[in-house]
Amino acid sequence: MATLLYLIPIALFLGGLGLGAFMWSLRSGQYDDLDGAATRILIDDEDEN
Amino acid sequence: MSCCAPTEIVSDIERVEHSTPSPEEMLLVSRTLGDGIRQSDLSVPGVHCGACIQKIESALSKLEGVAGARVNLSTKRVSVRWREGKVPPLFETLERLGYEAHLFDPAADKKDEALAELIRALGISGFAAANIMLLSVSVWSGAEGATRDLFHWVSALIAIPALAVAGRIFFRSAWSGLKHGRANMDLPISIGVLLAYGMSLYETVHHGEHAYFDASVTLLFFLLIGRTLDHVMRERAREAVKGLARLAARGAMVLRPDGSRDYMPTEEIEPGMRLLLAAGERVPVDAEVEVGTSDLDCSLVSGESAPQNVAPGATLRAGTLNLTGPLTIRALAAAKDSFLAEMVRMMEAAEGGRTVYRRIADRASALYAPLVHLTAFLTFLGWMAVSGDLHRSVTIAIAVLIITCPCALGLAVPIVQVVAARRLFESGIMVKDGSAMERLAEIDTVVFDKTGTLTVGAPRLVNADAIQPQTLALAAAMAAHSRHPLSKAIAKGGAAAPHQALADTRELPGYGVEARVGENLYRLGRADWAVSGGSAETGTVLSKNGELLAGFEFEDRLRDGAAETVRQLANGGVQMEVLSGDRPAAVEKLSAALGIQAFRAGVLPGEKADRVAKLTADGRKVLMVGDGLNDAPALVAAHVSIAPATAADVGRNAADFVFLRESLSAVPLAMRISKDSGRLIRQNLTLAVGYNAIAVPIAILGHVTPLVAALAMSLSSILVVANALRLKGAARPTIAQAAGNAKIGGATLGSMEPV
Repeated sequence: MATLLYLIPIALFLGGLGLGAFMWSLRSGQYDDLDGAATRILIDDEDEN
Repeated sequence: MSCCAPTEIVSDIERVEHSTPSPEEMLLVSRTLGDGIRQSDLSVPGVHCGACIQKIESALSKLEGVAGARVNLSTKRVSVRWREGKVPPLFETLERLGYEAHLFDPAADKKDEALAELIRALGISGFAAANIMLLSVSVWSGAEGATRDLFHWVSALIAIPALAVAGRIFFRSAWSGLKHGRANMDLPISIGVLLAYGMSLYETVHHGEHAYFDASVTLLFFLLIGRTLDHVMRERAREAVKGLARLAARGAMVLRPDGSRDYMPTEEIEPGMRLLLAAGERVPVDAEVEVGTSDLDCSLVSGESAPQNVAPGATLRAGTLNLTGPLTIRALAAAKDSFLAEMVRMMEAAEGGRTVYRRIADRASALYAPLVHLTAFLTFLGWMAVSGDLHRSVTIAIAVLIITCPCALGLAVPIVQVVAARRLFESGIMVKDGSAMERLAEIDTVVFDKTGTLTVGAPRLVNADAIQPQTLALAAAMAAHSRHPLSKAIAKGGAAAPHQALADTRELPGYGVEARVGENLYRLGRADWAVSGGSAETGTVLSKNGELLAGFEFEDRLRDGAAETVRQLANGGVQMEVLSGDRPAAVEKLSAALGIQAFRAGVLPGEKADRVAKLTADGRKVLMVGDGLNDAPALVAAHVSIAPATAADVGRNAADFVFLRESLSAVPLAMRISKDSGRLIRQNLTLAVGYNAIAVPIAILGHVTPLVAALAMSLSSILVVANALRLKGAARPTIAQAAGNAKIGGATLGSMEPV
């Protein structure tokens, strides 16, 4: 029982971190162009001269 | 485009005449970002892969004056940031790369608040549902006493933000429904969720055994998935349609009395102003020609397939396209009094007269909500009568509410429509909202417009075989110098023959093309101009030194798949009619060729809408297929409407479906998918009702526990979604078919152009 008292808040905190990260990614516009983000991985960077 | 096989062909560049926006127009539409940087948004419907992104971004970034360019593949747009000063040649660069581009109005594009709210709610309810489920599983596995109470309290706390954020969407909708005296689907959801939470809280305080926190939050999560998917699909379709070419000019070059020129937005043009109209531009307001002769393309405005000659004194309607020569015109009316604005008014009138269609989901929920509430109430009364135990009766009544909670029902309809919209999207058909598919499944009459809908709106040379090859080659060489549709048809018809390069040619807008070879003067154009001394010939001819050499005959090219579509619809028992603003001879010929008996020619826009209204009054459900400005009121008046992507933007926005590919077979395909999705919706509703029929007796008898509720909810939702995924899209075309339909880099793959 005593262990639960600190384990549950830790679990919730970690979950909360995940939720916060999701909210941040939403606000920074990462969901605006899902198809583009998927294909940009395949683009080779041109050599910068 | 040469980066990869084209999967969506938006429009044939040569078919849709649109001019490259002038630098003044681009400046007008751009936004200032501050620091001397402006942003222009362009819609590029042809973008579809990573190589396209790279090509466009690197080409545009290299331009002088451009600070950066970013492609958004999902919305098919490019945002270009450029330094103030000279407007960079964005459109020319893009067209050189092979991408058709249109200027996009940022003012018309507000940030999608609803989607952001939905995704936020989805995230929070997902987080809450997962964590509460974790704790609930521990309870079901045998947590007892103080541990169980602790878990229940933590669940209660986690559920609060979920209800506040996610539940608010449903509470708001249910409340607004109640205020108008209607019970929609959100009412039983809201009542169920709130009561479940309230009861669970009560149980927790009193150290009870069962708490339904996980049921209420998981319910919200599942329903939000359905809503978000539905919203995303609809937004995607709307965005795709918004990104297509705009009909009305944003502004015009005004010639001031002191001789200076000024580029002004269309709204600010007043009657009496003199405007300069270049070849390739659309007429911004109703006007009269003062100086110049030219040919005008009226097909999008009135449906006439043949271009009209204009000379000083002629009246021009707003929206017609100036083809060949520059004109100086005097505005006759302001933009809001022009033909375009009149069409919009007719459309609004037609919309007011249409009866509101009640969606299947709303009809189901109108029955469902009172039934469920009644059952729960009766259960409560029954248990009170039998056992007299208030606590137990309330618990069981709420359990009944929870178990009947429309997780499956709330997903049954949206998920099928989302899958159907996706299948249609893959075939290049955009659907504006789910009710459009429901309406399309009901129709029994189809009304077609002619020019631009059944036909492509581009003339084709038909008597090429009757003309001598050298004559044809000469005509083709001359015709290459003109943008007139008939010239382009001749150039294409004579393209096979090798032609000589002509040094001395000039185009006389409104008349034709003149060329000098040696001492001979050749004229290709109007018979009364080319042949000296008058002639019985009408139409387009080629003459040498005033003597007739050859006459040309043209026919408007039938759209791909038109005959096949008519046949399929006739087999399906659908009645068809052609309503066109074109000349009777042309309409009769086309109807006979396709096998449609009923047709009317010379129809004015108001008359089209009236005809549709009359058919509706006769009890028929009408599908209107049209592309022009003159079809817009009829598109709105019909039960459901479809427009091609090449349609006038007013018509595109009015239509329920927009098809991007050339083939008219989009119409029977959309009908088939709508009927199939209607069938699957009925199956899903049956499944949902069947699930309820099993679950409700179990709940009434008092055997429902949170574990049972969670299992039932999840299983029914999965079943409904899996059933929806069974919807079949269009059969994938074979490689030969795809090659026949595709054009890569402007040249046609395969040997023959589709006729």
